[in-house]
Amino acid sequence: MLYFTRWKATAIVLTAFIVCLFAVPNFLPEKMVQSWPKWAQRHVVLGLDLQGGSHILLEVDSAAVRKEKLEALRDDVRRVLLDARPRIGYTGLVVRGNSVEVRVREGSNFDQAVEKLRELSQPLGGILNTTGQRSLDVRTEPGNLVRLTVTEPALVERVRQSVEQSIQIIERRVNELGTVEPLIQRQGIDRILVQVPGLQDPTRLKEILGKTAKLDFRMVDVSMPAEQALQGRVPPEDEILYSSTQPRTPYLVEKRILVSGGDLTDAQPGFDQRTSEPVVNFRFNTSGARKFAQVTQENVGKPFAIILDNQVISAPVIREPILGGSGQISGSFTVESANDLAILLRAGALPAPLTIIEERTVGPGLGQDSIAKGKLSSYVGAAMVIIFMLVTYGLFGLFANVAVAINVAMIFGVLSMLNATLTLPGIAGIVLTVGIAVDSNVLIYERIREEVRSGRTPINAIDAGFTRALATILDSNITTFIAAAVLFYIGTGPVRGFAVTLGIGIITTVFTAFTLTRLIVAYWVRWRRPQRVPI
Amino acid sequence: MRLLRIVPDDTKFDFMRFRRISFPLSALLSIIAISLYFFHGLNFGIDFKGGTLMEVQSKVGDADLAKMRAALGALGLGEVQLQQFGAPNDVLIRIAEQPGGEAAQQEAVRKVRGALGGEVEYRRVEVVGPRVSGELLSYGVVGLMLAIFAILIYLWFRFEWQFALGAMIANVHDIVLTIGFMSVTQIDFDLTSIAALLTILGYSLNDTVVIYDRIREMLRRYRKMPMPDLLNASVNQTLSRSVITHVTVSLALLALLLFGGQAIHSFTATMMFGVVLVGTYTSVFIASPILIYLGVGTGRDSLSAPDRDK
Repeated sequence: MLYFTRWKATAIVLTAFIVCLFAVPNFLPEKMVQSWPKWAQRHVVLGLDLQGGSHILLEVDSAAVRKEKLEALRDDVRRVLLDARPRIGYTGLVVRGNSVEVRVREGSNFDQAVEKLRELSQPLGGILNTTGQRSLDVRTEPGNLVRLTVTEPALVERVRQSVEQSIQIIERRVNELGTVEPLIQRQGIDRILVQVPGLQDPTRLKEILGKTAKLDFRMVDVSMPAEQALQGRVPPEDEILYSSTQPRTPYLVEKRILVSGGDLTDAQPGFDQRTSEPVVNFRFNTSGARKFAQVTQENVGKPFAIILDNQVISAPVIREPILGGSGQISGSFTVESANDLAILLRAGALPAPLTIIEERTVGPGLGQDSIAKGKLSSYVGAAMVIIFMLVTYGLFGLFANVAVAINVAMIFGVLSMLNATLTLPGIAGIVLTVGIAVDSNVLIYERIREEVRSGRTPINAIDAGFTRALATILDSNITTFIAAAVLFYIGTGPVRGFAVTLGIGIITTVFTAFTLTRLIVAYWVRWRRPQRVPI
Repeated sequence: MRLLRIVPDDTKFDFMRFRRISFPLSALLSIIAISLYFFHGLNFGIDFKGGTLMEVQSKVGDADLAKMRAALGALGLGEVQLQQFGAPNDVLIRIAEQPGGEAAQQEAVRKVRGALGGEVEYRRVEVVGPRVSGELLSYGVVGLMLAIFAILIYLWFRFEWQFALGAMIANVHDIVLTIGFMSVTQIDFDLTSIAALLTILGYSLNDTVVIYDRIREMLRRYRKMPMPDLLNASVNQTLSRSVITHVTVSLALLALLLFGGQAIHSFTATMMFGVVLVGTYTSVFIASPILIYLGVGTGRDSLSAPDRDK
């Protein structure tokens, strides 16, 4: 137990040394580290609770995604039946649950209708479709009824796609805010986690995340005033929408979309040349420009509505055809809201609304305080443990303290290698590790004391002490490690930070107990040839 | 230099005799803890109950709680709790979960920000919606169960099943008593409390395993020694280690408790109770003597192996 071959001793010291070296970038100014190779730059990342910032969990409204998918299917069914030659007459086209139902009027072309509708069903999973699943389940029922049911995998797939798209759009939006190192990732099926460090006030971030930003250009129906439509019947091709500003004015607008936000190539905040009010200038892509030119040519003198998330921002009258493919949105903006709208339009519309289901924000002041408190308690804790070990074990206590110090340095090294996040509970984990790391030494030393008492020679006792204690150290640490692993698995944020440091601490503790402590004692024995054990 | 010896060499305490006191005592305490849980309840934090927690710091001297309470009470947000938090200008605001789904929680935050205006700095804002809170609770409970189960399996592999069962009973006992402690003190029960419980589980087992290791060694060596004597010897031999280790862990925890700040106060307080008070008692007075009842070591005498030490 006390004999080490030269290469083994070298390997142990080298391993510990290299792991410790990885901790170095944490203690140097950032500028100095930047010129190093990438792998050497790895360092501990401070958690949001220490550096301040926002953690926001968003959920995609999957009910809205489903509804939209079914409504699109209903429109497809209508189109298929109307486009058929000869035309297929139908009644009762409705969405019911996860299905679309339609009744074919003439029994004679029922088979033809079913055949056409079956073409709407597509295999799922692209070219690698191995499951044989299809997007639709088409069934016929007596009375010429056709029921097209959207299969569950197709719906899940649609939600998945929405989340993917949303993540890309959110990335664009958050990056436009000029934040440093935002983290945006998917969680579960329909959730997106956004973490933005170092933010004073997350209100603006939340506003930018929460807007769908669906922009439409539609014609205002001037055949009757909106008030009259509100009291009587709204024409089937129209709907009532309200202005975004107070007082909320109703507008009767066509459901048909002339041009949508998807056709924009650019949007920038600016000022109106005449009124010097903040505005948003935009430019269409080629097809958008062509559509817009055609519509404005046909409708000179009539008002059209610019609609954002089902609210009318403004409804200007077309004075002359707009052929250049660019335009301007005005509508009581402030400089900031014009800027935000431009960001939203550039980033594109979300495929479905997002809801904030969890938010945790820590201000930079609290983060600073937490770092200070974490440091203070670590120093005090370490100092007390060091003194206690010296008082209890003397020289061997010193050995233990050296081993524990290397242990802590190695924890930082491993954390850096993993680019792990350090949180306040994480610091608590390190302090606790100091407490538990000395335990491995205590186990060894107490065992040595016992062996001495049972009458062994010093070297014999030390050897036997190590042999017997190491098995116990392994057993007892594995149980704690299991707890840390479970904690890592179920925990989020700060709690996970605790699990990480605790887990790494256990591994480095076992490593130092098995190698470094043993090596130190072995060299001391070889050097001093002790007649009695000083513990 | 004379070194400190907290525990003298060769102690011969009769720990096993205490089982006639410790078992009924633990049973009684466990019953009290369980009834506390059911009748007094835990102070569930927003992680599990949903709602909003805000830590604000007054920029204009000490916080005027009465004024803030009046301002927030007028918002119609239901139950709003204000509490001084550490420094006199620090206030913790708790708002119960708002009816009306996820968006209503965000609306509440907006209202509070409006009412308190620019006189305070928002140091921390946490909003947990109804859906997340339910998930977090079930995650926590499942995690705890999973950890107990995983450790049980591990111990079963390393020792005999009686040891695994003994350790399990001892640890459920620890967790039950700690939950009782949380109920009495009404410490916020949130995700960090689950972390504390898991760590208590880990450490307390760590301790139990050290003693069990020794018992196993003694069982191999002394084949004729009566079980209570053998257990006593094992506990006495590991006593010095147990005490020293608990002193070091308590020193570390004490530093966290005194200087770690409010944010981890309930975490360290719980750990202090669970690891230091309960954990130590359990491994000595519960985990070891219970092996007698679980039938460890019975039938050793029928083995024909010679008793080496006699």
